[in-house]
Amino acid sequence: MECAVDAQSLISMSLMKIHSSRTQRGGIKLHKNLLVSYVLRNARQLYIKEKYAEIYRMQQYEEVMAVCSGIQELDPLEPLEQQGAEDAEPEQPGRAALCGEESRAAGGREPEPPEPAYYRSCCMEDQFSQNCNKTTVLDLDTHVVTTVENGFLHQDCCCAAAAAAAPQCAPGAAARKRKVDSAGCSPDLEEPADYTAGRKRLKREECSGADCSPDASNISNLISIFGSGFSGLLSRQAELEQVCSKQALASLGAWTRAIVAF
Amino acid sequence: MGEDAESPKINHTFLRDYVTEADVISTVEFNQTGDLLATGDKGGRVVIFQRETESKGVTEEAGEVGDSGEYNVYSTFQSHEPDFDYLKSLEIEEKINKIRWLPQQNAAHFLLSTNDKTVKLWKVSERDKRPEGYNLKDEEGRIKDVSTITSLRVPVLRPTDLMVEVRPRRVFANGHTYHINSISVNSDGETYLSADDLRINMWHLDITDRSFNIVDIKPANMEDLTEVITAAEFHPHHCHLFVYSSSKGTLRLCDMRASALCDRHTKLFEEPEDLGSRSFFSEIISSVSDVKFSHSGRYLLTRDYLTAKVWDLNMDKGPVETYQVHEYLRSKLCSLYENDCIFDKFECVWNSSDSVIMTGAYNSFFRMFDRETGRGVTLEAWRENSKPRAVLRTRRVYTGGKRRRGDVGVDSLDFTKKILHMAWHPEENIIAIAATNNLYIFQDRVNPDAQTE
Repeated sequence: MECAVDAQSLISMSLMKIHSSRTQRGGIKLHKNLLVSYVLRNARQLYIKEKYAEIYRMQQYEEVMAVCSGIQELDPLEPLEQQGAEDAEPEQPGRAALCGEESRAAGGREPEPPEPAYYRSCCMEDQFSQNCNKTTVLDLDTHVVTTVENGFLHQDCCCAAAAAAAPQCAPGAAARKRKVDSAGCSPDLEEPADYTAGRKRLKREECSGADCSPDASNISNLISIFGSGFSGLLSRQAELEQVCSKQALASLGAWTRAIVAF
Repeated sequence: MGEDAESPKINHTFLRDYVTEADVISTVEFNQTGDLLATGDKGGRVVIFQRETESKGVTEEAGEVGDSGEYNVYSTFQSHEPDFDYLKSLEIEEKINKIRWLPQQNAAHFLLSTNDKTVKLWKVSERDKRPEGYNLKDEEGRIKDVSTITSLRVPVLRPTDLMVEVRPRRVFANGHTYHINSISVNSDGETYLSADDLRINMWHLDITDRSFNIVDIKPANMEDLTEVITAAEFHPHHCHLFVYSSSKGTLRLCDMRASALCDRHTKLFEEPEDLGSRSFFSEIISSVSDVKFSHSGRYLLTRDYLTAKVWDLNMDKGPVETYQVHEYLRSKLCSLYENDCIFDKFECVWNSSDSVIMTGAYNSFFRMFDRETGRGVTLEAWRENSKPRAVLRTRRVYTGGKRRRGDVGVDSLDFTKKILHMAWHPEENIIAIAATNNLYIFQDRVNPDAQTE
């Protein structure tokens, strides 16, 4: 009866429990739902950690690729970001390209704080690159030196933008998930992760939910109804979301192995 | 419901499961003398068993088989019915969450029973005589024709078949917004407390339209909620002290003399978290499902998902004893979360001398721990394996090493057979174990009086 201890499956399992508790006889059990929300929080924290680690590794690879191609083409002056966007990893072709797409799509709008800093500095747009601060880090595990802008990781901020841009649930989802699920289900997983940040986001999630499968719309409705629950205990991860500062970054387990070299 | 032999043509299993859901026992409690044992079930019924008095002159010898000391059904009544809260459009389950007996003061017995919202006081009395010889009524109760009465007589009481009457004497309603999880009778004999997820109320047994709120942990903003109350109990001797446990694994001892509202605890019992063993489910498995004072009043027994802990009231830094109930489940927490078993609330009990603690597990197993030696034993409450008067044999869950005959593998455990509710006789070594819809009563014939086993 072993199930995969996967952050994403735990998140979806927890949501199903909360959803089914609404129709349970005797009313919603406060204690059980509180415990389920703790699991949700823990799964989400791990999910974010894994995401950061993944992006970090991907960035490393892109940096290396960029440097290699830069050396080959004897054109060291081209900014790394643009190279990164064009030389996306073969295994994950969608990611960086989508990232670029999303940022361009969202570039024109004026997003609410803290989102402007969120995706502007991480996405591959020249006009924002001067806002980025670079940090060079050495990963003790892989012994690779890499440079990261401001600690921002592409996926999360672009996916937040994806959630914000109503019709585009599928592309954002593809960028997030490693395994491919049915297209309708994937956006749901980001929606619950975002709900803790506050009601502001809930309305956007409802929009994206409506375009997806019936399951997704049920869950997005659930989130909006459940929006007032237990975000107090999720405040730690809310902080992570709101301000991708160096301090928040330092708290992530993936980064604790790294040494700030320069 | 008995287990009927299945007809080869028709499979009755689904019907059996459907029918017996209401029969699932949800609480078990001995009264203060141990002569009466009450059980409550999910269907809102209460069944009271009475111990047969031993016949005069018969002494209990080891291994002697006799009818004395057995528990038989004394009375059955419907305590709570399904209810509906029209304001919130919520169904209120009739399941009996807890039963607590009052100390006996006269010939009648009183017990408190509660579902999620309402506490009721029931009077259980016997009637074994009835008046005969009325002047105005005949034996069938029909009014006599006055002209036929020629003389007067005094009615007399004549013995009749024993009748047990159960009447509701008080209904303590509308005291709780959230689900009641505990009730506890105070040693003063006049008051009791009822606890729900966020509040604890104190009631006077004679007053039903008012209760006094003594603990309120509801935050101003429900979004800031981080813990709920899981169990509460009055101290067995000090009527001003009570304890309540939380979903975070903490215990709070409160003294009602300190202030009217006991939101601020007098003592907080908390074990420092073992950060090395954190997992997704750390919060769930640390939630305390039951708390019981020892008979002496000096110790507290708590149960969380994997362990049972004994705390000394004089030491709040951590438990003095920790017993692993089923540590082999620690690696299975994800599956147990998936099938909701991780939310099961196990109860725990003391024996009469506070030397042994007992709690339930899965696969119809329950565990007893001897506090002096620290050793635990696993026993099974399963009808097919135990004939009446047979000796309970110890069981073992195989977790590695040399496998013995009769060992059960972790993956073969039946998680639908859970022992959640149990009670220990207040004076003797008699235990009552609720296994789904069956009640098992085990008696220690070798050491009938409380001794260290």
